Amino acid sequence: MFDQFGLLPIDVALGVVVAWLVLGIAGLLLQNTRIITQFIFPAGALCSLVLAAAGLAGLSETSVAILPLGLPDLPFHLRMDALSSFFLLLLGGASVGISLFSAGYFRSMADDALALLSLEYHVFMAAMALVFMADDAYMFMVAWESMALSSYLLVTTDHEQGEVRRAGFLYLLIAHVGAIAILMGFGVMQGGQGDYTFDSMRHTHLSTFWATVTFLLALFGFGAKAGVLPLHAWLPEAHPAAPSPVSAMMSGIMLKTAVYGILRVSFDLLDTQLWWWGVLALTLGLLTALFGVIFAAVQSDMKRLLAYSSIENIGIILVGIGLTLIFHAFHKDALAALALTATLYHALNHAFMKSLLFLGTGSVLHATGERQLGKLGGLIHKMPKLALLMLVGTLAIAGLPPLNGFVSEWLLLQAFLLSPGLPQPYLNMLVPLAAAALALAAALAGYVMVKFYGVIFLGQPRDEKIIEVHDIGIWERIGMLCMVVACIALGVFPTFIILQLDLVTEMLVHHALGGSALQHGWLMLTPIQAERASYGPLILLCIIVIGGLATSLVVKKFYHGRLRRGPAWDCGFPAQTARMQDTAEGFGQPIRQIFEWFMGVVRQMPTPFDLHPHFHSETHDLLWNIFYAPIKRVNEMVGSQVGKLQHGRIHVYLLYSFVTLLALLAFIQ
Amino acid sequence: MNIPFTAQLINMCAALLLLIAFAMLSQRRILSLINLFALQGLILSFSTAVVAYTTSQHHLYTSAALTLLLKVIVLPLILHRLIRKLNIKWDVETMFNIPTIMLIGLALVVFAFNLAAPISQMAGTVTKSTLGIAMASVLLSFLMMITRSKAVPQVVGFLAMENGLFFAATSATYGMPLVVELGIALDVLVGMFILGIFFFQIRVAFDSLDLKHMEKLKED
Repeated sequence: MFDQFGLLPIDVALGVVVAWLVLGIAGLLLQNTRIITQFIFPAGALCSLVLAAAGLAGLSETSVAILPLGLPDLPFHLRMDALSSFFLLLLGGASVGISLFSAGYFRSMADDALALLSLEYHVFMAAMALVFMADDAYMFMVAWESMALSSYLLVTTDHEQGEVRRAGFLYLLIAHVGAIAILMGFGVMQGGQGDYTFDSMRHTHLSTFWATVTFLLALFGFGAKAGVLPLHAWLPEAHPAAPSPVSAMMSGIMLKTAVYGILRVSFDLLDTQLWWWGVLALTLGLLTALFGVIFAAVQSDMKRLLAYSSIENIGIILVGIGLTLIFHAFHKDALAALALTATLYHALNHAFMKSLLFLGTGSVLHATGERQLGKLGGLIHKMPKLALLMLVGTLAIAGLPPLNGFVSEWLLLQAFLLSPGLPQPYLNMLVPLAAAALALAAALAGYVMVKFYGVIFLGQPRDEKIIEVHDIGIWERIGMLCMVVACIALGVFPTFIILQLDLVTEMLVHHALGGSALQHGWLMLTPIQAERASYGPLILLCIIVIGGLATSLVVKKFYHGRLRRGPAWDCGFPAQTARMQDTAEGFGQPIRQIFEWFMGVVRQMPTPFDLHPHFHSETHDLLWNIFYAPIKRVNEMVGSQVGKLQHGRIHVYLLYSFVTLLALLAFIQ
Repeated sequence: MNIPFTAQLINMCAALLLLIAFAMLSQRRILSLINLFALQGLILSFSTAVVAYTTSQHHLYTSAALTLLLKVIVLPLILHRLIRKLNIKWDVETMFNIPTIMLIGLALVVFAFNLAAPISQMAGTVTKSTLGIAMASVLLSFLMMITRSKAVPQVVGFLAMENGLFFAATSATYGMPLVVELGIALDVLVGMFILGIFFFQIRVAFDSLDLKHMEKLKED
């Protein structure tokens, strides 16, 4: 694509990274909200578009570069192969909409605060691009840490609130624990050669034990970034704390850096894959998905709900990775390619639909100043454009055809259903169970989304201030429209996307889906064989549109004429108020009842004689008590013991150095 | 035993240094402490000059002169002026049990000699036998810093430790390069000025130079 300019895709991608950094610094120097929102964010979006194009071009063409930066004799190696390019495409594509949305969203922010935010935002994007392009452990870790730090600063944009600072700290802590695991993983992978380029890691043969250690470290380290159980604790805190475009960026794109890392380490850098790694990833993924969706169902804060939904989707992606590992280890290449395609497809889908939803909640938050579902409602009348855009996002993430969420989940289920014939009998029994659990998660996701959309947009306003709100501005609309178009395109034209994904699966599992997927033309998607299953999204879309139009015409023609308006038979209800609607808590009640053993529910029930009854219920994460509270207690205990060393007397401090000196002298003797 | 006269002289200086280190450890009066410190500097300077004469290392003459100027004249003068201004000339310090400290000091000397023995065997200098004493005086000065409760004696302990280090350097390798020595001399001088300023600040803040008052600074 860039050949006629004599440029490799990697040159273009690097150019975009530099352009983002320049834009960020320019914004910082200008310190002007109008210029930043009207010029810098749209320019950043343009760069994103170029990056997406570079990613598309790079899918079929591997290019490398060496940057003469960094430490002496340790230059930065960059490489853009199919896997990197796919994730760069994801980053570029999803960030176009987010940047355009930001241009409108931040228009009323103060000059200096926005200048800092714009710098952090663009550095964040540049760091993510470099994570995808890195070809040595050193570059990777530098980019990874820049990404973590810039996103930490973005999360703590509203650092005046103690809650936000706490969320930011938790995020930073878990991110760094994960980064240490990743660093150790790289250390194991270089196999004692002292060469930290990915190229030398590819050619290092590790024993089964050390390969397993590497995989586990990578799963832990990247899992911490992705929010895999039990390292998910930061996610529902940090995502609501951040400004909405940042939440969109973190949830939609940053979580995918972890997916990229797991794929890169397990399929590219390690030369052996064991089947039980796949079982581990599959199990963890399923637990994560179920946990995420169940907690999403009982949330009453809309951004927390979406954060838990992100945990669920990461779980689904991890399930896909696990399945790919299992198939690949048993040399079922066609199935491995199918599972990997589904995984990548879902990652791409999630980037667009979750960003769209987060942007939408940002608009709602901006307009109403309210994040609690219990105070929203009826926004479809006040913000019809937003409601329409959000409807597409909700339907997509609920996994309904003909939108994109359906395609990837369907592909993944196909991979599950086609799996009998694995040489492990227990595994053969486990796989259908896992498929059932995945289906449960997908169904519950639909439930969550009905709640999300219904409570915010349908019904009547639950709070008085909502009556005054206005619909979204032009930049927001354009930004969200980009996402919506992507969701529809990904849903309606899956065969084209899969043709591109084939280049990635070819690289990772040495098999592509292309031939069989396209055997019935671009209209029909047939993962393996037409007899087993096939799906024609465009046909389905036509049927839905025609059927919908026909129904509405018929209803209008035969029913509308007979409509009769008369005084309501009020049945003892003289008026219907907003308080009579189903609430977010009420809607989540069945789930809360069924899974009560799974979560800590604290209820305050009013007595029958209470004149001002007040019902309050809170749901806690029991995993916090199991995994985090003991660590915290031990830490505090050790800390207080160490604190005793600080005595306040200079003589004691001198004594410490004296004893240390004597001990060291005795030691070297 | 046929030890040359200069070597005997150096050994005697070393013995005197050790003696003075013990004297400083047990000295309660601040004024006497400063005088002892000046005497230590004088002996150090003299022994350095003897080493320089014996081994014809001419840069050691400069070191000797520097030591004489700084540690015998300038620093004691500054300290004298300080205690006059702070009006603590006749202060007597309360200390831990002096005999116990002396016993700990003896143990330290044994430790230092034990430690220096293998190094002395490797070193080819005429002064190799004094390395143990040099290390002992470093450790004794450190011990003195730990046992003192007031600010000025602690600083004197710090300076005495520097003397011990200097002596160790001379006896092990005929001194450090001149540039390093000049640097250290400047450091000591500047450090002394800064500590002098601190004395006044501490005095203003706590009404006393007794460091136990600084325990209040600890955060609970």
